[in-house]
Parts: sequence; structure tokens; C-alpha cells
Amino acid sequence: MELTLSILLGFMIIGAIFALHAKDLLSAVIAAGIVGYSLVICFLLLKAPDLAIVQIVVETITLIIMVAVVLDSTRQELSVKIDRQQIINISLAVIFMLVLVFFFIQAINTLNPFGEHSLRMASAYVGETASKTGSANLVTGVLFDFRGYDTLGEATILFTAAIGVLTILRIKGKK
Amino acid sequence: MSLIVKKVAQLITGFVFLYGIYIIVHGHLTPGGGFAGGAILAGAYILQILAFGRDPLHLKKKETGSSVSESVAIFLVLMMAVAGFFIGAKVFFNNYLPTGKIGELVSAGAIPLYNVLIGIEVAAALLTIFLALIIYKEEIEE
Repeated sequence: MELTLSILLGFMIIGAIFALHAKDLLSAVIAAGIVGYSLVICFLLLKAPDLAIVQIVVETITLIIMVAVVLDSTRQELSVKIDRQQIINISLAVIFMLVLVFFFIQAINTLNPFGEHSLRMASAYVGETASKTGSANLVTGVLFDFRGYDTLGEATILFTAAIGVLTILRIKGKK
Repeated sequence: MSLIVKKVAQLITGFVFLYGIYIIVHGHLTPGGGFAGGAILAGAYILQILAFGRDPLHLKKKETGSSVSESVAIFLVLMMAVAGFFIGAKVFFNNYLPTGKIGELVSAGAIPLYNVLIGIEVAAALLTIFLALIIYKEEIEE
């Protein structure tokens, strides 16, 4: 199981790197799809079918939209010249990344081993969701009852995104 | 698009739509729920639009149906959440309907209603974004 996950994560990293360096933007978009679809298999292996369904549908729709946008606009990447400013930026980014990795490793060392968690809230949810909300699907019971605010926030984010797209993409102003 | 794409889209879209409704309605019993089902519903619409283009579907310049249903759905979600203040334990997002028997289709109180409303919201929002990308593009070309 951990071996399969590691192979999938390797594929995702290769796909992401290829998406960064592809000459054709269409193949870059499709290579970015590798990351999303490998994540679907990861979710299925980790026994999260709810997340897997959402991920596969949203990934497909965003890929379709991105392919449509790429086919409409240019397929060539803009060339960037490397000068002194760029070198300073890149070295700053590398230093910041190393600092982040250092603290990340320190944080990971204090966590529990993979798969063993000792969260009091989570165990309370697992035990009592069915009897308290009457929902056989635990995830939906948590999302719409205990964590109703989260769901409301996600719906608001989608609503705001749609309004933003309608506002920004409008060519002619309202009379 | 070619004849094969059009025919396959014609045959499949109904099943995709039905599957989205199934995922939404059974959200409190099986994996899935409002978000996944709503995205599948939007996928059915997008399949039709991609296969047939603008003219056979009579897409107008101002396609307001999707954005209106999206706004109404999120407004109803808020109203249902606020209704929890006045009924029962006086909590936001209070599940005030009777929970019923676990495992039946009509159970879990207000959760299926939230699922349906969130499904409409997500489907309409994704469709609105897609329609905006299509319709405004044709506005540029004129």
C-alpha cells in the first residue's frame, strides 16, 4: 500500500515537472491532469470514496475548461530571459524553500505515525454521527450537521467565483 | 463536432444527468453528496454544449437562468440555516426535522434538503462559469 502510494506520488511529481517544462501549453495542461487523476487513485487507496468522486468530476470539468481556454488563446509559452533580477529571485525562492523544508521536517517528527491518530473530535464523530444525525453516510452527516459552517463557506466561495467570472469577463459595461 | 460525438452525447447525457440526481438524493446513504452530484449535473450540461454548439441549444446572449438559480439556491441554504435559530435548540444549522430510521431514503432530518440545495448551487455555479467563458468569447468576435 505504501509502495503503491509512493509510485503514484512519483508519477504525480514527474507529471508536474513535465507540465512546467512542456513547450506546448496543451500538453502541459494534460500533464497537469496526471496529478489530479493520480490523486483520485490515492483517495481510493486511502478509503475516501467521497473525496474521490468529487476530485474526479471537478478535475474533468476544470481540464475541459482549461483545454478550451488554451485552444482559444495561444499554445506557445512566453519566453523569459534570465537576467540579474531573475537570479536574485530564484535564489531567494530556493532559500525560502529550504527554510520551509527544515521546519516541516521538525513538525512531522512530532506527529503520530501514518494511519494512527489520537484526535478526540474525530473519534467522537465516528462513534456518534449515525445516532445523532440519522445519516448513514458519515461524511455527509459531518459536513451538513456538525460542520455546517464549512459547507456554507464552500458554497459561498463557489458563488463568489461565479460572480467574479461574470464581472471580470464582461466586455461591455452595464448601461 | 462530428456525427459520432453528437450521437454519443445524445445517448449518454440523460444517464449522466440521472446519475447526478442519484448521487445527490442518496448523499446521506452512499458516498457522494451535493458537491459531487452537482458537479456531475453541470458535466451533463457541458457535454451537451460542447457537442452541439450554441445554435441548436438556443443559447441567448443573456443566459440568466443559471446565475438566478444559483443565487436562489444559496439563499435558501442560508434561510434553512437561519431557521435553526427559531426551531428547537436555537443553534445556527440546527437539524430540527425528525431524523427517522437510519438507512432509509427519507431520513436524517434536514440533511437531504441541504444536499439538494447545495447540488443545485454547485451545478448552476459551474455552468455559469462555463457559459460565461463561451458567451463572452463570442462577444469578442463580433
